[in-house]
Amino acid sequence: MKAAVIVFPGSNCDRDMAVAFEQAGFDVEMVWHKDTALPSGIDMVGVPGGFSFGDYLRCGAIAANAPIVRDVKAFADKGGYVLGVCNGFQVLTETGLLPGALLRNSELKYICRTVGLKVEGDSIFTSAYQTGEEIALPIAHHDGNYHADDATLDLLEGEGRVAFRYTDNPNGSARDMAGILSANRRVLGMMPHPERASEAAHGNEDGARLFANLTSALTTA
Amino acid sequence: MQEPAITTELIQSHGINAEEYDRILEIMGREPSFTELGIFSAMWNEHCSYKSSKLHLKKLPVDGPQVICGPGENAGVVDIGDGQAVVFKMESHNHPSYIEPYQGAATGVGGILRDVFTMGARPIAAMNALSFGEKDHPKTRQLVHGVVEGVGGYGNAFGVPTVGGEVRFHPAYNGNCLVNAFAAGLADADKIFYSAASGVGRPVVYLGAKTGRDGVGGATMASAEFDDTIEEKRPTVQVGDPFTEKRLMEATLELMQTGAVISIQDMGAAGLTCSAVEMGDKGKLGVRLDLENVPQREQNMTAYEMMLSESQERMLMVLDPAKEAEARAVFVKWDLDFAVVGETLAEDRFLIVHNGEVKADMVLSKLSSTAPEYDRPWVATPAAAPLEDVPQIDGIDALKALIGSTNYSSREWVYQQYDSQVMADTVRVPGYGAGVIRVHGTDKMLAFTSDVTPRYVKANPVEGGKQAVAEAFRNLCATGAKPLATTDNLNFGNPEKPEIMGQFVGALDGIGQACIALDMPIVSGNVSLYNETDGQGILPTPTIGAVGLIAAGEEPILDLARDGHVALLIGDTIGHLGQSALLAEVFNSEDGDAPAVDLTAERRNGDFIRAQRALIKCCSDLSDGGLALAAFEMADASGVGVQLDTDDTAQLFGEDQARYLVACNFDQAEALMLAAGQAGVPITSVGKFTGDTVKFGASEAPLAELSDISRSAFAGFFA
Repeated sequence: MKAAVIVFPGSNCDRDMAVAFEQAGFDVEMVWHKDTALPSGIDMVGVPGGFSFGDYLRCGAIAANAPIVRDVKAFADKGGYVLGVCNGFQVLTETGLLPGALLRNSELKYICRTVGLKVEGDSIFTSAYQTGEEIALPIAHHDGNYHADDATLDLLEGEGRVAFRYTDNPNGSARDMAGILSANRRVLGMMPHPERASEAAHGNEDGARLFANLTSALTTA
Repeated sequence: MQEPAITTELIQSHGINAEEYDRILEIMGREPSFTELGIFSAMWNEHCSYKSSKLHLKKLPVDGPQVICGPGENAGVVDIGDGQAVVFKMESHNHPSYIEPYQGAATGVGGILRDVFTMGARPIAAMNALSFGEKDHPKTRQLVHGVVEGVGGYGNAFGVPTVGGEVRFHPAYNGNCLVNAFAAGLADADKIFYSAASGVGRPVVYLGAKTGRDGVGGATMASAEFDDTIEEKRPTVQVGDPFTEKRLMEATLELMQTGAVISIQDMGAAGLTCSAVEMGDKGKLGVRLDLENVPQREQNMTAYEMMLSESQERMLMVLDPAKEAEARAVFVKWDLDFAVVGETLAEDRFLIVHNGEVKADMVLSKLSSTAPEYDRPWVATPAAAPLEDVPQIDGIDALKALIGSTNYSSREWVYQQYDSQVMADTVRVPGYGAGVIRVHGTDKMLAFTSDVTPRYVKANPVEGGKQAVAEAFRNLCATGAKPLATTDNLNFGNPEKPEIMGQFVGALDGIGQACIALDMPIVSGNVSLYNETDGQGILPTPTIGAVGLIAAGEEPILDLARDGHVALLIGDTIGHLGQSALLAEVFNSEDGDAPAVDLTAERRNGDFIRAQRALIKCCSDLSDGGLALAAFEMADASGVGVQLDTDDTAQLFGEDQARYLVACNFDQAEALMLAAGQAGVPITSVGKFTGDTVKFGASEAPLAELSDISRSAFAGFFA
């Protein structure tokens, strides 16, 4: 199994995501934002958290136009698997790979704490968990307030594309959505950080299951 | 461009007194140019020259087998085994934060991170010790929001976990808040980079962001008292850009791996001037700068402005000329400026040329080595009057008052605005004592704490100074970490007042004694004086940042109390209430003496905790608020109630030192009491963790109600 983790100049969870992929059995290659093509033989692309280009304006807006992102889009369009966490989720909405946008948190403050999540949608990212299972993952963001028009929200719910919902909405996200899937369920964007809850030393291993399941699901796929 | 003539007013406005100006004339052998005057003022102000404090700082213990590099470099370096080192420092950004809270705090964080990665270390942890005025003062709310957002805005984007710190409120900070930023980084012990230049004719390279007019004269501003013209000083505050800083760090660390860097210095206070002089002075070389090559953000900047600008995210470096192309490629990759702006000279000379015109021509070593040094007169703080009897009050009522106060409520509202887990090595997040970070890729851990009780220092500088170090020692021991070393951030009022200077001298005496007794040498630090507004000084606040090591294979002490656990108190309790949290918050009094610190008992009890980690799974140090507050905080963290047998006010809220509260099961408690008896460590069973209430004697309240008071208080005051 091979994963590529995209590195923007302001990414700061790139190493964390690479470690979580490696612990799950992936070979990981870090891919610089100025590169124009993903390495060959990639099974999964990770778009990590951080502040891609400082994000002083709209989070992820500049990153969505970085040279490598064109190839990430092509990879996703061909049915490739993409995981975007936090800033990565913001980048994926800016590229149009996922619908909606992440606005400022409703209380206009950065929030770093562990939150409860309910697992829903059917995908290789969520099949490690029981549908409806409650897990806990850390969040750390200023702009995690998921927003989309009602028709889009209805569509996401109707097609079972809500991967995670907050049990106690921390940021004002529409219908408590914390993570959503693309129509083919191969692109996941989520604000919580599974890579920060992926080993015993973190005091919480709920995120480890997500990564571990990817290797087994991709092997059998 | 014509430079202004040197007048008495101009000299005064540079913070240079008549005596100092005579010295300048003597050194120069002529009248200085405007740019030269600016350079002198930058180098000789209190912030950069330590002219009032140097004499006393020399007395601090700075050595130990664990110390790789003590004070004098960008940060201290301490051995953590396996060829690795932790690099750390704490520094104040008080004056800028009061004037412009968001940018002041943000650039404080940026400055300390730069100090750490300049040494070749990747930052792995940050802390912030903040002191604000009373909650109802008209400026406090704005300062709290601005400073906390600034700290978070910079550290979160940069990508360093903030794992600890302090937030306090006191009217003495109404006109002068304190922002003390700590950062620690990880490096290979044999790959530390220093600032001393070497080799003649080598290129001096400018790295990072462009130079603008922001912060011109900032260090001089930070070395004066405030008055009501403070709003006019806003342009002397710099603006931070954590995105550039992040790139500067990555590029610098990458560059260091190429072997191109001979010496490196970040541009902090007094920017280009201070960094160039320091590199030359330490390397016993001269430096020539050609300012037209400095990357500039604004047009028509003068030599004076460029030499004094405090624009952020900049570095100066002496480069191996053979590797210039390789070095430049790294900076191009990260889209950062890279410019050769000068060269090292054989002669002792600081030569500043702008478009072919000499703007300053000075003897370099005279700028720093012969900076003024004062033995300021001081008077010892008089002994505090003995405390009158404190009436007995209901323990639960008193606890409610404490945990509902600005000073002793939960700090959740603050630290949830800081990313405490980025880098995915955080073992313990803020809110439970010292923060703990795993050393990436190993099972070693580092613990971080910052401590001081300014009330104590004011009442008794010597004991208060000792106590700050002792509390840091305890916080580290309570996690199972061996305390390694200390950084001190000394915030005081106007040193020209003998009673303030007396506080400084006394506190340093106490800090020095404690650092020796507890084997925690000072490896870095910063002095911030003139923290006064309209003649009102702050409480003396020598913040102690400390780092401890949990070695590979050692269990940290990080568990929570469980139902049925015995509560064991380690250390002697007399019931000292002078200068206590109870007096301050409940009786509105700051009377009595600070608690005495028995450094032998501190050392013995702390060593005992670490030695008994097999029995002790859950431990908290006792500090202000005493047994009652520590017991509540342990109960709150675990969600299990606590019952203490005593209802005596002094037993519950006394602030005797060298104490810890331990929660463990019955068998462990028995074994621990035996071990304590053998080690001569006082130990008492004081109650148990059980149920869902907090009970002191017969007085009781639901834990959930108390937790709610503690968690909602801070937001209630400031949100």
